[in-house]
Amino acid sequence: MTREARIAALKTAAQSRILILDGAMGTMIQRYKLDEEAYRGERYKGWGQDLKGNNDLLSLTQPQIIREIHDAFLEAGADMIETNTFNSTTISQADYGLEAIAFELNLEAARLACAAADAWSKKTPDKPRFVAGAVGPTNRTASVSPDVNNPGFRNVTFDELVEAYCEQTRGLIEGGADTILIETIFDTLNAKAAGFAVRQVFEELGTELPLMISGTITDLSGRNLSGQTTEAFWYSMRHLKPFSIGMNCSFGAEQLRPAVSDLAQEAEALVTAYPNAGLPNELGEYDETPEEFAPKLEEWARDGLVNMVGGCCGTTPDHIRALAQAVSKYPPRKIPEAEHKMRLSGLEPFMHE
Amino acid sequence: MNSGAKKAIPHMTKSGATFINIGERTNVTGSAKFRKLIEADDYTAAVEVAREQVENGAQIIDVNMDEGLLDSEAAMVTFLNLIAAEPDIARVPVMIDSSKWSVIEAGLKCVQGKGIVNSISMKEGEEQFLEHARKVLSYGAAVVVMAFDEEGQADTAERKIAICERAYKILTDEAGFPPEDIIFDPNIFAVATGIEEHNNYGVDFIEATQAIKEKLPHVHISGGVSNLSFSFRGNNLVREAMHSVFLYHAIKAGMDMGIVNAGQLAIYEDIEPELRERVEDVILNRREDGTDRLLEIAERFKGQGGKKKVEDLSWREAPVEERITHALVSGTATFIVEDTEEARQKAERPLHVIEGPLMDGMNVVGDLFGSGKMFLPQVVKSARVMKQAVAHLMPFMDREKEELGLEGARTAGKIVMATVKGDVHDIGKNIVGVVLQCNNYEVIDLGVMVPAQKILETAREINADIIGLSGLITPSLDEMCHVAAEMEREGFDIPLLIGGATTSQLHTAVKIDPNYNKGQAVYVIDASRAVGVASNLLSETAREEFVAGVRQDYERVAQAHARGQRNKRRVAIGAARRNKVGIDWSSYQPPKPAFTGTRSFRDVDLNEIRPFIDWTPFFSTWEMKGRYPRILDDDKLGEAARSLFEDAQVLLDRITQEKWLTANGVVGFWPANAIGDDDIELYKGEDRKERLTVLHTLRQQIARDSARANTALADFTAPKETGLDDYIGAFAVTTGLGEEPHLRRFEEAHDDYSKIMLKALADRLAEAFAEMLHQKVRRELWAYASDEALTPDDLIAEKYRGIRPAPGYPAQPDHTEKQTLFDLLDAEKETGIKLTESFAMWPAAAVSGLYFSHPESHYFGVGKIERDQIEDYAARKGWDMDTCEKWLAPILNYDPKKIGTQAA
Repeated sequence: MTREARIAALKTAAQSRILILDGAMGTMIQRYKLDEEAYRGERYKGWGQDLKGNNDLLSLTQPQIIREIHDAFLEAGADMIETNTFNSTTISQADYGLEAIAFELNLEAARLACAAADAWSKKTPDKPRFVAGAVGPTNRTASVSPDVNNPGFRNVTFDELVEAYCEQTRGLIEGGADTILIETIFDTLNAKAAGFAVRQVFEELGTELPLMISGTITDLSGRNLSGQTTEAFWYSMRHLKPFSIGMNCSFGAEQLRPAVSDLAQEAEALVTAYPNAGLPNELGEYDETPEEFAPKLEEWARDGLVNMVGGCCGTTPDHIRALAQAVSKYPPRKIPEAEHKMRLSGLEPFMHE
Repeated sequence: MNSGAKKAIPHMTKSGATFINIGERTNVTGSAKFRKLIEADDYTAAVEVAREQVENGAQIIDVNMDEGLLDSEAAMVTFLNLIAAEPDIARVPVMIDSSKWSVIEAGLKCVQGKGIVNSISMKEGEEQFLEHARKVLSYGAAVVVMAFDEEGQADTAERKIAICERAYKILTDEAGFPPEDIIFDPNIFAVATGIEEHNNYGVDFIEATQAIKEKLPHVHISGGVSNLSFSFRGNNLVREAMHSVFLYHAIKAGMDMGIVNAGQLAIYEDIEPELRERVEDVILNRREDGTDRLLEIAERFKGQGGKKKVEDLSWREAPVEERITHALVSGTATFIVEDTEEARQKAERPLHVIEGPLMDGMNVVGDLFGSGKMFLPQVVKSARVMKQAVAHLMPFMDREKEELGLEGARTAGKIVMATVKGDVHDIGKNIVGVVLQCNNYEVIDLGVMVPAQKILETAREINADIIGLSGLITPSLDEMCHVAAEMEREGFDIPLLIGGATTSQLHTAVKIDPNYNKGQAVYVIDASRAVGVASNLLSETAREEFVAGVRQDYERVAQAHARGQRNKRRVAIGAARRNKVGIDWSSYQPPKPAFTGTRSFRDVDLNEIRPFIDWTPFFSTWEMKGRYPRILDDDKLGEAARSLFEDAQVLLDRITQEKWLTANGVVGFWPANAIGDDDIELYKGEDRKERLTVLHTLRQQIARDSARANTALADFTAPKETGLDDYIGAFAVTTGLGEEPHLRRFEEAHDDYSKIMLKALADRLAEAFAEMLHQKVRRELWAYASDEALTPDDLIAEKYRGIRPAPGYPAQPDHTEKQTLFDLLDAEKETGIKLTESFAMWPAAAVSGLYFSHPESHYFGVGKIERDQIEDYAARKGWDMDTCEKWLAPILNYDPKKIGTQAA
């Protein structure tokens, strides 16, 4: 199938059912208990910096592990898997001195994911599988100062982010991704830069992939790290004409529901949601079981809030399997039509007839 | 008429139309004040301008840095990044305003929200217009499009419409721009310029607005209104009238938003009728001689904009209901009893006067205050009028009750308020009380130094709906926790409001609220919020959601606080001491005061003290933020500030002439040396053999880089081992003696305004007295700066050598040290000031402190300190740990309870 055909198939599938996203790449990688040597592989044996923890690098040094994880989620029933590229920008890879391979990381990770998805599409032709090119927030914030004494300071600029995100997007598209998924957005300005970059690359390559956007909230008042409410966040993203908008990570499903519900009401795009497996325990582990996790998202499906669901931190193929089963009997959320109103935002939304 | 009442947008509230008010004060081309701040690189003050605008109701703020000498791009970026860090500013969208595309683009890269670009146009042709529009879209913003094409700015209605139609087509068809995000600015030009072609400019805009809204679906219309009246520069009253009349018609035609100075708009109906008619002739171009006829009468209004006019009594001709509203809004008490009586005779029952015209009037006041168009002093004046009217009605209502058994007025709720035990400060509480009363709450004010038991008894007795606590000094924070715990114990569940200078949302969330699980403690930041909080708490429908919101906020600040605490590094007290202020004592000779022991200053002439008054805090007492004297000329606050200042001068004249207040002070000096790093030992004689007493100080424990010291006050006195003969001074002053009978008199006259004013002035006089004495100390008594010649402004800016820190304040947060100071000075006997059990001074208009003379002595804050210093301090003070932790609770960097349980 060509990418165009897959995108068409994705759009058709999204109309008829709630689609299933995969679970946590990081959680699965942890199970392999990889050491420094494993992360380095042959290629980076002699690298001058520690590489343990650079999960994205495994697409190059331990591709069979990443493939195994993709397969496990696809086997569990995921319609769409995410590329292992959450940190594959020059900005995030700078922590490891690996800025130079950012493009390659995206290219290879996309190829890996596509190979897995293709294999499963062949196995289950009535359930085609898709690949979302994952674009993370980077480890910097464009609208929040890291220095409390100097609130005007920024450790990254819009232009720097655009440059890094352009490179990532090119890699993902060349590697075969079906959609671009800007996710775990804690600073809306970072996401605006990412969206700007993605649209720019679309124009440059003369091709357009569905753009998926997923924010995250960082406190119980329902705001993201840069202080926006969910509605304000949506108003800041709307111009990108996303294929989907949603929420991921944050807290567990219970705490995330108000945000998802806001989006479900407002957004004239598909709504996605992939929360963590509950709140982390004292040891920082997510311990909600598949049996606890799935019913919460089932409620959302029952209430017509979502079009795509999956899991973030702490979710395994078992979670995804339980989830796929739980939501299969519900129709996808109906997309409302947007009225012509001027929607502006600061930290809070502002609407005018 | 008195122009106290101004409403931003004529008919906005009446028609329910939603005109968007865009703040224009953060625009260097429109505000000289803002331009000067940016040019001076004073971004801190510039950010405050933005905050004020939002607080005063701007729904969007326009930011413009187009000034030839500025690096506009850099200024735009710096300012936008700074306001992004201020949640109460950043909550509204930003309008990025520049004629330079590069500045706009730089701005667009800084905002996470969806803002508005102001502006783009077809001035340079379609190609560039399209390119800019596409970019605006890709950054995610709405856009203002000027009616401007290759030929120039559109002046006639036809051209305005044609250009906008063409732009609309390009934007929607070619750029894919959502029509609802297009805002057309069809150009407002000056009218009544004397040039005939200009006469129709107002009509052109209004007609174009109507046509554009009809032809081009979903678009919006905006404009810069002040251009209109350019030919009347210097005649604010006429300008305001022109803006108001213009908006009245333009909004009807479909204008959605405008860049306006909301504080400078007259209410359409309130414009003097002759002026309004002639302005309307000009705006609507109704007659050929319109301009001449406006000019004819314009002179008459010159210099009246904002200033008080010769009393215009034409409002007396209106029906009584309107007269009452006018009296309330303008704070005019002259005729209120007369008018109230007239209304009473018309009404079936006296109560109907309160529930009818009086409440209607107060609702107008409430709306104007709520939307930032009236300021606190004006509201308190309105309350004075209200109270006098009610006082007139009371005997009639009592009689009615007696004779007919009819019920009295129903109030919005009963609120018991008190300044807590040990504290005497009540200006803020009084203001909150007045504002609540204005909004039909019954306020039972128990006064100052009220024990918890008394508060709870009263609340139970009258079946109160809310309890409000106030306090200014830090020990009051603890007392508030105690009241909360008592409420819990006695089974209360009504809301508890917390306010006052040292209180905070954080303290309320972390310390007070946990003591009171059955009800909700709510922090109220200032008087303007009190009504909103109270009405939410008492509303059947809104209450639940409001309380949930408060709880969430508290959880969030508590968590953020916990996180912040973990991140803040403190050093051990030993290490902090090693990093004390490094003064080179070897080359220093301490100055010797003119005397040792104490000297009293009794009944000092208030006229001498008066010039030392710092007026800025006076305005902030009235919740008017701004520096004196600049505030008097402030575009928004100026009028209210001038009126308040005038009233203050009148009362101050009476206070001084009629000697209402007695000013007493005492100053003392003693031989002294620092001992054991953090204490100062005072000696009985110059031989320094016999100890008189010891002053204890606290040391900063924040982790510092090497360049900055961990300071304690003891660092500024020569250590004993240097062998130097150093000294320390102390003082206590008050100007509050004698205020009681006057306060009572005002109270009986239902005159909260004068009561609060008197207290605020007494406070200022006490501070001024302290300033004056300090100067005398520097010049004569300690005489280390006998040639000092500083202006009052320099004094306020503390440009002199030496400091006078007070116990209980940041440099020495331990209030109990005040007892030592009072004993040394024999202050109670010498001045008449008493200390409460929380070491607040009574009367409240009092100041005390220590004098340090070393050139390197400076003010600082001790900040949070660790348990090691608390242990050490307790030992030095002869306290047990519990006592020490109680008095220093606000600065502990740990939770004593947690440490206790861990140890157990």
